[in-house]
Amino acid sequence: MPDPPDRPDPADPVELEGVVKKFGEATALDVPRLAVGERTTLALVGPSGCGKSTLLRLVVGLLVPDRGVVRVGGAVMGPSTRPAILPRIGYVIQEGGLFPHLTAGANVTIAAEDRGWPRERREKRLLELLELTQMPRALLARYPAELSGGQRQRVALMRALMLDPEVVLLDEPLAALDPMIRADLQRDLRAVFERLHKTVLFVTHDVAEAATIGDEMVLMRAGRIVQRGAFRDLIDRPADPFVTAFLTAQRGAAWT
Amino acid sequence: MDVRLGIALLLAAAVAGGASVPGPALAERGVAVGSKAFAESWILGDALAAAMREAGVSDVAHRRNLGGTEIVLQALRSGNVDVYPEYTGTVQEVVLHAPRALSPPEMRAALARIGLGMSEPLGFDDSYAIAVTPEAARRYGLRALSDLAAHPEVRVGLTHEFLGRADGFPGLAARYGLSRHNVTGIQHELAYAAMASGKIDATDIYTTDAQIERMHLVVLRDDRAFFPRYDAVWLYRLDLARREPRAMAAMRRLTGTIDQARMIRANARVVLGGAESPAAAESLLAEISGPGAPVTTAASEARAARIARNTVQHLKLVLLSLIAAVLIGVPLGVAAARSRWIGGPVLAATGLAQTIPSLALLAMLIPLLGIGILPALVALFLYSLLPIVRNTYVGLTTIPPPLIESAACLPLSARAQLTRIRLPLASPAILAGIRTSAVINVGSATLAALIGAGGLGEPILSGIQLRRNDLILEGAIPAALLALLVERAFDLADRVAVPKGLRLAAGAGAKRGRRGADSSKIEGESTPEAHHDPDAPIERNP
Repeated sequence: MPDPPDRPDPADPVELEGVVKKFGEATALDVPRLAVGERTTLALVGPSGCGKSTLLRLVVGLLVPDRGVVRVGGAVMGPSTRPAILPRIGYVIQEGGLFPHLTAGANVTIAAEDRGWPRERREKRLLELLELTQMPRALLARYPAELSGGQRQRVALMRALMLDPEVVLLDEPLAALDPMIRADLQRDLRAVFERLHKTVLFVTHDVAEAATIGDEMVLMRAGRIVQRGAFRDLIDRPADPFVTAFLTAQRGAAWT
Repeated sequence: MDVRLGIALLLAAAVAGGASVPGPALAERGVAVGSKAFAESWILGDALAAAMREAGVSDVAHRRNLGGTEIVLQALRSGNVDVYPEYTGTVQEVVLHAPRALSPPEMRAALARIGLGMSEPLGFDDSYAIAVTPEAARRYGLRALSDLAAHPEVRVGLTHEFLGRADGFPGLAARYGLSRHNVTGIQHELAYAAMASGKIDATDIYTTDAQIERMHLVVLRDDRAFFPRYDAVWLYRLDLARREPRAMAAMRRLTGTIDQARMIRANARVVLGGAESPAAAESLLAEISGPGAPVTTAASEARAARIARNTVQHLKLVLLSLIAAVLIGVPLGVAAARSRWIGGPVLAATGLAQTIPSLALLAMLIPLLGIGILPALVALFLYSLLPIVRNTYVGLTTIPPPLIESAACLPLSARAQLTRIRLPLASPAILAGIRTSAVINVGSATLAALIGAGGLGEPILSGIQLRRNDLILEGAIPAALLALLVERAFDLADRVAVPKGLRLAAGAGAKRGRRGADSSKIEGESTPEAHHDPDAPIERNP
């Protein structure tokens, strides 16, 4: 399939058009259209298997759609364009994906080093990120196994932001943390994203987390988008009984 | 008549194909005398080497213990040795594959066609014979081979070579109507021990065997004249006559001078008296030359010096082959992990190399590489490859997908993904493979002595021939210590070469109980579910 021409501007940082992804016979994702605007933090919510991780992996090019196109910053994601697009995306995989054999600091800077950034430039960027994530510098000398879960998530976020990408993708960034730390980190993440002014897509199965961190959310079910909107919209004007059912199911656990 | 290791016929088929390939003439200068892996052959080799030195040949080497007929014959034909003691029966059967008995002129004519010459007989006939214990001879009334046919209950232990060669058991059984019942294969030196302890009643022996008198064995008369003559001769390269006439003179000096009694005495000095072969050769030469004649032989070595030399040589064999295997094996493993099209054939080929019996591999390498350290290194290298290639492959292909994906999405260049992420993560597995190869190599390298590469196999080989446990231990103990040393060295290497963060992660993993006990060997055994939504199937895409 030839790549469709890039759309004339103004392009949204992330766009999906007519995207279908199948695993065997099963349709994992079917999204006629989804655009995420600049400086928007969008939460992808839904039950397990709804396709939210698949969507993220399509955006970063780990999966290739069977039909349709994914655009990042106006450029169509494809085998030939991916190398040029990837530096513009910061991707935090589930559980962080930190390299266990490298120190936290080396994890953060390795991509910049690989791209030939001079030492001063790497150092400057590292200081900015330490300040942003409020990480003590001393922790950078530790290995991932010597860090707490929350510290590991901050390092993973720093690593994703090192090259100063326009788009940040996070796959269940806080899933592995215990509830107390998780609540703290949700607030911290919100603060970071507000200062970043970047386009952020993050996947969570937790509605409260989606409401805390995201400007708006997309609720998904069985590979399709059921409703998109702010948290209040979904409560007040549910597009489908499933929306209410999903929100209510988590009420007891997450709302106070 | 040879091969108390009983390997020649096993290898004959493998070697026959390459027999006419000219090998590298390593013995350009000087003269190399060869001998097979048993005492009589060593003594004759030492005696000839000493006679050559006396005749003024300046650079004489004696390469002893060159396996059985096929190996020493290949060494002769490829120019790695110039001459070695052989027996006419073996020349006819194993060297020329003659279908019938040949006269000496017929043998010389056939040998000349392959560039070899045969001297006049040395003076003794070392034929095959069947010997029985005195008890069995009494109990069954055994005097001649035809008596054996009437007593199938006699337990016969035969060397593997004798069982295999046409002029051995198959022909003997046909001539005398013997049954295969109660016949087993056994290594020659072990056969004596088995006879002494009453486990077998009869075995094939050599008529110059020192054990005949010592154990009062009864040699059965060949009353139907089955066994051909095994006159000892020198088998040499025809070009030696042109290159070093003095060596030819030394050979001639020894022909017709060593009779049955002299050879048995010389054998007994080594096999029963515990003398070194060069010393026995010296006595033999003194008998030939009469008293007072000057005799110069190579001085025999002190035990400590010998152990040191063999150990150093052994280490050299192990290390050089291992280094080569790492330099080739790791890139092969990387290539195998990269693509299924490369991986399948590479893993199959290295696996196949592993299945070739070591002696067969050595025999196949001789026509190509001659004898000595080079073919030994190549064989050890081939055996080292599989664990290294396979562990590199497994180490690289079992890295948790989230780490691979993170590296690709950061993004890192393909080179950085390999050198900074994947190889360090696979390093515990790769190191475990190298360790396996090293330990296996320490053991396998003892076989290198069979093709003249030396090492700790040399005293082991001699010890088995002479039934001297002290010699066997002289090789076996340093080899075992070397294996332990290699293990220790790799414990240290683990600490240096495996990234600290991985060891921490493995430790933490073990504490959490999420990983198996072998997590320090192969990192990344955790399941994809531990890192992924169950709904997020892993698809590898460019």
